[in-house]
Amino acid sequence: MIRRRFVSLWFRHLMTDWMTLRHPELHELPFVLTTPIRGCVVITAANALAEMQGITTGMAMADARAIVPSLEMMDDMPGQTAKLLKALGEWCIRYTPIIAVDMPDGLILDISGCAHLWGGERAYLGAIIKTLRGKGYDVRGAMADTIGTAWAVARFGKIKPIIEADQQKEALLPLPPAALRLEPLALERLQKLGFYTIQGFIGMGRSALRRRFGQDFLMRLDQALGNEDEPMQLLQAVEPYHERLPCLEPIRTVTGIEIAIRKLLEALCHRLEGEGKGLRTATLKCYRVDGEVQQVHIGTNHASYYVDHLFKLFELKIVSIEPALGIELFTLDALKVDDVEPEQEMLWSPAGGGLEDARLAELLDRIANKTGAGSIHRYLPQECHWPERSIKQAKTLQDKRMTVWRTDRPRPSLLLPRPERIEVTAPIPDYPPMLFVYKNKVHNIKKADGPERIEREWWLEKGEHRDYYYVEDQDGQRYWLFRSGHYSDDQPRQWFIHGFFA
Amino acid sequence: MPDTKRDIISKLQKDILLWEGFKPPQPDNADTFGLGPVEAAFPNSVFPVGALHELLCSTPGQAAATAGFIAGILGTLMKQGGACLWIGSSGKLFPASLSAFSVEADRVIFIDLKKGKDILWVTEEALKCEGLAAVIAEVQDINLAQSRRLQLAVESSKVTGFILRTDLQKSKTNTSVARWRISSIPSETEGGLPGVGFPRWQVELLKVRNGNPGVWKMEWNGGRFVPVDEKVTAYETWGRRAV
Repeated sequence: MIRRRFVSLWFRHLMTDWMTLRHPELHELPFVLTTPIRGCVVITAANALAEMQGITTGMAMADARAIVPSLEMMDDMPGQTAKLLKALGEWCIRYTPIIAVDMPDGLILDISGCAHLWGGERAYLGAIIKTLRGKGYDVRGAMADTIGTAWAVARFGKIKPIIEADQQKEALLPLPPAALRLEPLALERLQKLGFYTIQGFIGMGRSALRRRFGQDFLMRLDQALGNEDEPMQLLQAVEPYHERLPCLEPIRTVTGIEIAIRKLLEALCHRLEGEGKGLRTATLKCYRVDGEVQQVHIGTNHASYYVDHLFKLFELKIVSIEPALGIELFTLDALKVDDVEPEQEMLWSPAGGGLEDARLAELLDRIANKTGAGSIHRYLPQECHWPERSIKQAKTLQDKRMTVWRTDRPRPSLLLPRPERIEVTAPIPDYPPMLFVYKNKVHNIKKADGPERIEREWWLEKGEHRDYYYVEDQDGQRYWLFRSGHYSDDQPRQWFIHGFFA
Repeated sequence: MPDTKRDIISKLQKDILLWEGFKPPQPDNADTFGLGPVEAAFPNSVFPVGALHELLCSTPGQAAATAGFIAGILGTLMKQGGACLWIGSSGKLFPASLSAFSVEADRVIFIDLKKGKDILWVTEEALKCEGLAAVIAEVQDINLAQSRRLQLAVESSKVTGFILRTDLQKSKTNTSVARWRISSIPSETEGGLPGVGFPRWQVELLKVRNGNPGVWKMEWNGGRFVPVDEKVTAYETWGRRAV
């Protein structure tokens, strides 16, 4: 039988350490996390500085303030402990693949056959503790043959953290009964009977112990001593979305590359489909015989696991792959995956689902992968009168407009990206121009509307306001002109053309 | 006997029209474009959707007028919730102006490209995509082979395509079902009041397959097209196909 070894890690100030990492200014301050329980603000976690001054978990905030008036207080986040421990556990997978979360403040690592890789048990445990302490977590750890003993020594041990094989009993003897993970009721009873260390009762008869403290008591004792196995609820490591395809013969043709891509996609998409996920970005790497690595990258608007669609995206990029002497290994990584939203049948809309249409998303994917995502724009209205800022770009296809498109003011069909200077003859003070010269052509204005004054937003930029006129010339062409600022004696008036109306 | 022959010919003509994308008039007039006499110039008096239209615009003024006219048609095409692609090189179209033509501009996706080759590629891909309401492409020039590709895409997907051609020097034949030219003309206000009236255009149908080209004056008034007066002139029916 393989001898098993366990490490128990105890995070003494898990939540407060995490808070300190997020808010470095808390490093030098005593602070607590609190939560309201039955109308009373109760401390759920205190950092080391606060504990040193006599503040403990479970104390009412008012009492704590009486001891330390300058105590900082923050809201506790329920459920955060579990998340944090899970994340720490996933990080610890570098040390051993078998890890369990030990609520509320610890981790259990099954390290059977791992320690020698770090050069012995002492170096191994040292590496774990040192790294975690370096990250800012106040952690204690212990190693033993059983989970129970490791747990006990991590929390109550005073002599040495590493318990040699089959030394559990000796290690446990001087520890208090609480080290056995007992029920509060049993602990109270032991206290009453004067058993302050495990030494006091470990030699007693099993039937006497069972009668007084129950079956659970014996189970915990057996687990600590190694007479009984303890089940672990293991953390599942997240497997990266990665596929590889080695080739017997180097691949040099387009057809060969196509087949390779299709095979990789089929394998990856099969897994994605099973998990209800879809691909958002992916990288294909081609390892060439001469050591060079060629890679192409694709991205999609919607999470997708359709082989045909993803293949089309890669197909556009195949020309950029240079096989040279041949490609011997293809790998495909899905760098970003998302949950796939279940598709809804658009029975009532024969014209298609508008922007939610999957076919449109696929089309835009193809366009983005061919010409670059920068060429695709969609605009949403913005509550702003300044013409250049009355629209804003939508970031995704799913963005909804927050306000309506305004129709109360005339706006030109074509807007010049930058207003162009024109020469104008206009009566003062505020009449529309009589004629203007644009690109060496004189336009006599026959009809005009305006002015519509649009002020700049002073909180965004400085400058003159604009007085817009909607004018029509002798040919029936309609233009949007504006004068920048007021008329004044010392500087010439500046007129611009800003757009063409339909 | 001649009667039966005529019957056969007229039936064949109808079939050909159907294959070319001209639907027979629908019993419900839900998606009429309100173009009135302009629509009457098309076979079956129906504006052909699911076909390729070509619009000539050489000056910025004409481009603006064309944009307005297309926006008016888009309003009807996009009524059922479809999206629309506007592929161009200028990037000057102002989305906020589309709302005046009852188009929700957030359902219009703009694709700004520099190279004519890319524009044609994207246009073809877009026209192949069922479920789009319309595709508008600004191109300098298009030749017969390129337009044939677009036509094939349109035939299977039934998406309406609008090609805005800016370079009129190299006028070549292509497969579009109609060739238009839209230019602005002076607007008129009611009772000669001061100010600028509703946008008014001269709509020229230079070429219609199986239809009658002509020139009309249209106005965008109260959210719909309103013909200004009678057809000014009528071209000869030179575009008509001999059967």
